[in-house]
Amino acid sequence: MKKLYELAHSRAGDKGNILILSLIPFQEEDFGLLVDQVTVEKFKKHFAGQVKGEVVRYVLPGLKALQFVCQEALGSGVTTSLSMDTHGKSLSYAFLQLEIDVKKSIESSSIV
Amino acid sequence: MKKNKIRIGCGAGFSGDRLDPAVKLVKDGELDYLVLECLAERTIALAQKRKMANPELGYDPLLEARIESLLPLLLEKRTVLISNMGAANPVAAGKKILEIAANMGLKVKVAVVSGDDVVDKLSPEMVVLENGKELSSLGKIISGNAYLGVEAVLPAFQHRPDIIITGRVADPSLFLAPMVHEFGWDLGDYSKLGKGTVVGHLLECAGQLTGGYFAEPVMKPIPGMENLGHPYADIFENGECIISKVEGTGGEISVAIAKEQLLYEVINPFAYLTPDVEADFSSVSFSQLGKNKVSVKGGGGKIKPEKLKVSVGYEAGWLGEGEISYAGVYAKERGKLAGEIINKRIGELFDELKVDLIGINSLHSQISDEDSLPYEVRLRIAGKSKEKHLAERLGHEVEALYTNGPAGGGGARKYITQLVGIVSILLDREKIKSQVHLFEN
Repeated sequence: MKKLYELAHSRAGDKGNILILSLIPFQEEDFGLLVDQVTVEKFKKHFAGQVKGEVVRYVLPGLKALQFVCQEALGSGVTTSLSMDTHGKSLSYAFLQLEIDVKKSIESSSIV
Repeated sequence: MKKNKIRIGCGAGFSGDRLDPAVKLVKDGELDYLVLECLAERTIALAQKRKMANPELGYDPLLEARIESLLPLLLEKRTVLISNMGAANPVAAGKKILEIAANMGLKVKVAVVSGDDVVDKLSPEMVVLENGKELSSLGKIISGNAYLGVEAVLPAFQHRPDIIITGRVADPSLFLAPMVHEFGWDLGDYSKLGKGTVVGHLLECAGQLTGGYFAEPVMKPIPGMENLGHPYADIFENGECIISKVEGTGGEISVAIAKEQLLYEVINPFAYLTPDVEADFSSVSFSQLGKNKVSVKGGGGKIKPEKLKVSVGYEAGWLGEGEISYAGVYAKERGKLAGEIINKRIGELFDELKVDLIGINSLHSQISDEDSLPYEVRLRIAGKSKEKHLAERLGHEVEALYTNGPAGGGGARKYITQLVGIVSILLDREKIKSQVHLFEN
């Protein structure tokens, strides 16, 4: 098991009540592992409580990056939220705490 | 004669950004254009409130300081400044710049773009994009500003101005406008407009492209952050560009940073909407050409959105906050007790009372380790209300914990803030008429 921060970096952005998190591997060869392991289901479970709405994951093979777009994710939105971090700027580091199973993924990709 | 390459720098990424990086860019960056992007979603509504209090105000509060530090250099280096520092009152900003120039003994020509203010075109039954409700369901409307595109800015170039001042213009369009002007791009050439929008989007947050909001000393160290340089791009006629920064400044230009910034605040990387184009960011590619030099290729676009987005500001009540700190043995328990006391006393006066223990759960309440025992914690309580006095009550209650609450509470602070909410609606393009006004001394 590894934490995402060992393999990737992330930047948080916001639009109203939408939270946007990128996920970019330090090494491009880890992109497949992230695609495989960081699923919408796992993401939603990790952010349960923070993200109330739909989550869309964009896979960007050209850039070797993933983008997660989360509805109803910032209290009532940047301008009226009660949170200290109204923009959710710190939430990239919440994302990077997610744990992924590196070994399982290597096994499954070696079968392919 | 059309150029085949222009250099655009970005010296500010938000209203409160540092002043010195822009000065450095103009002094040593050999720029054709300097863009200062100073309008976040809410900034213009706050500016509108200042304009209501005084019709001569409503432009960016740092306009004077920025112009005073830049104007002589801009004129000497023949760098044209493009900025949305006009905020809610671009005409007043134009006049103010003339006044500053006169005081400094300088001659200047300022083109002002107006027409984004559409508050008088709003009607109560218009539908809010975010929640599907009508505008009438919100508090008092303060502002309505349409996101203008390059079409609104282009006529300003005919006057060969030293400075172009706008109100609300889509951030990437501030950068795309000089590209379209200099290269003679057709406004129907969405592939080029998409590429130019990529460049604008990369540059618009200034320091976020040179290592700001990226740096982390263990895995992502960035050198010289106390002197972070802001970026510029050499843009070619085909829409490709090379991003870089002035030599000797701090920060870094790298592929990793460029990737983070390309995706920053992007809801759909296959369709990034601006008034000019629905841009495709997914096909962009970066390569490191050398130290602090990254080439940007790809990207594009096929169409432009039919309607324009309008950001509507409304009065959203008052936010009250109170904070107090505890340290040493049982600090967390004392902080929790303090929170419970406040909740029992005034919790029912608010729809929601947010009780945070800073150091434990204030930022990532779902992920944080509730069992951790930090040496010190800071209690923060926040609530909002339509009534100002209730928002004030919150801070008073926290302050009163000094003598009525748990042992050893120190450093109490209280704040109240008038909340301005922002929502969006769509408006037909024909309803929005932009204008260019010329000011010169």
